[in-house]
Amino acid sequence: MAFGKYKEVMALKAKDAKVTGVAQDGGVVTSILCYALEQGVIDGALLAAKSDTPWLPKPVVATTKEEIIAAAGTKYTISPNMSAIKSAAREYALDKIAIVGTPCQIYAARKMQLYPFGARHIADKIALTVGIFCTENFSYAGLKTVIEDHCKVPIESVTKMEIGKGKFSVKGAKDVAIPIKETHKYEQDGCHVCSDLTAEFADISTGSIGTPDGWSTCFTRTTKGSDLMKKALAAGLFEKKEMAEFAAPMGLAMLEKLETGKKDKAKKTVADRTALGLFTTPGIVY
Amino acid sequence: MAKPKIAYVHLSGCTGCLVSLADTYEKLLDILGAVDMVYNLTLADARDLPEGKIDISIVEGAVCLQDKHSVQLIKEAREKSGLVIALGGCAATGCVCNFSRGGQANQPQHESFVPINRLIKVDAYIPGCPPAPEVIYNFCIAAVTGDTQYLAPFMAQNVGGYHCGCDLQVNVVQNSLCMGCGTCASSCPTRAIEMEFGRPSFNNIRCVKCGACTAACPRMFLPVAEIQKKLMV
Repeated sequence: MAFGKYKEVMALKAKDAKVTGVAQDGGVVTSILCYALEQGVIDGALLAAKSDTPWLPKPVVATTKEEIIAAAGTKYTISPNMSAIKSAAREYALDKIAIVGTPCQIYAARKMQLYPFGARHIADKIALTVGIFCTENFSYAGLKTVIEDHCKVPIESVTKMEIGKGKFSVKGAKDVAIPIKETHKYEQDGCHVCSDLTAEFADISTGSIGTPDGWSTCFTRTTKGSDLMKKALAAGLFEKKEMAEFAAPMGLAMLEKLETGKKDKAKKTVADRTALGLFTTPGIVY
Repeated sequence: MAKPKIAYVHLSGCTGCLVSLADTYEKLLDILGAVDMVYNLTLADARDLPEGKIDISIVEGAVCLQDKHSVQLIKEAREKSGLVIALGGCAATGCVCNFSRGGQANQPQHESFVPINRLIKVDAYIPGCPPAPEVIYNFCIAAVTGDTQYLAPFMAQNVGGYHCGCDLQVNVVQNSLCMGCGTCASSCPTRAIEMEFGRPSFNNIRCVKCGACTAACPRMFLPVAEIQKKLMV
């Protein structure tokens, strides 16, 4: 089945101007986290926030609405959010932790819930998983190379980065867009065995693919995710549209095309590496 | 159905794994209620392994090669048991016992402490120092209920044997499988792993070689069917 198991799929756009002003697309992650915090569903969230180095994210434990909003927006490089989960449970003494992450980070959180080898009294504190659509990621040096050598702007001058419509674009002191295929060689190779574009194991997953600018495609996948989203919609957090409004080749047709591409690439990568006699992750292709 | 006969064999370990088993709070009663604990120096009143067959021996601690009693005990446990489980780093990977060089009071001749698979065949490994209470609980319940799908990763050779942070470097980073999630860092009991630019960076002096990071890494094994069945509801 395309997009993994899910309960509902919809197009969403946050209404809160504080969120839409800073969000990458529809502001779904930021809004739903703020709402979950308000409602007591969570008491904190693991997020990729800004660090002192331009566009190098660092994992943070956010416990206020302000901290959640401050971490909004996509950073196209690695933020090891799972590395902060022990700190969230111990130092911050959180009981209901939300994890926001790429599909691979959701894999990690889910595996930790079932096989918590070194996570004493931590995995049971995971209250919500919010997955972000992901095609692949860059190392920090890879991202910097794309921006400084290909887009030819200093990384610190950039205020927003986007991938869409076949382009990698940066906005800031100077707006530049380059063909996405120029960036492919800087993708981290560990992404190429991954079959999951839509965060198939999150409670809620969301991303820009399939919806117009300023909107996000959003799946609810578990009862927990679905109930929270229903309450958030009833509370008027989002403008909502049916995905059927976006006809092929946009909408779910586009998402499915990219997803199939990612799954095929993963199968091929795993087969190639196995043929070379290299270890690949059991279970990663499904 | 008769309850499985369980022996808890304590070799050279700190009892932390048994404490972790007990740290499941009231769930400990689920485990104790589901089994017949025939031997456990700390929890049961029996000095020796019982006569006859045992279903499962759970082994905590490394085996000291200079201690004849330990060598004999682990051999005897293997002979009598249907399954032998290496619980925790010392039994599974050698853990901190890997560093022993002997020459310490009050048994200075006790020099070498090795993971139990150096002497016997091991059926399943639960790495970690100690393994988290929840993973011990999940393992025990799966073993009693025959949940073989859940148990499969514990049976794989690559979670047992000598392990340290370097195994992540060799198996995951060198095979370009790492994507920088940071699970290894939060799984490390000694905080020997820090994430630097999206990759684990090991402090070799801190690493106790418990194997938790390697076992926890979602790129070492990914239990997709288990996640779908147990969590996506």
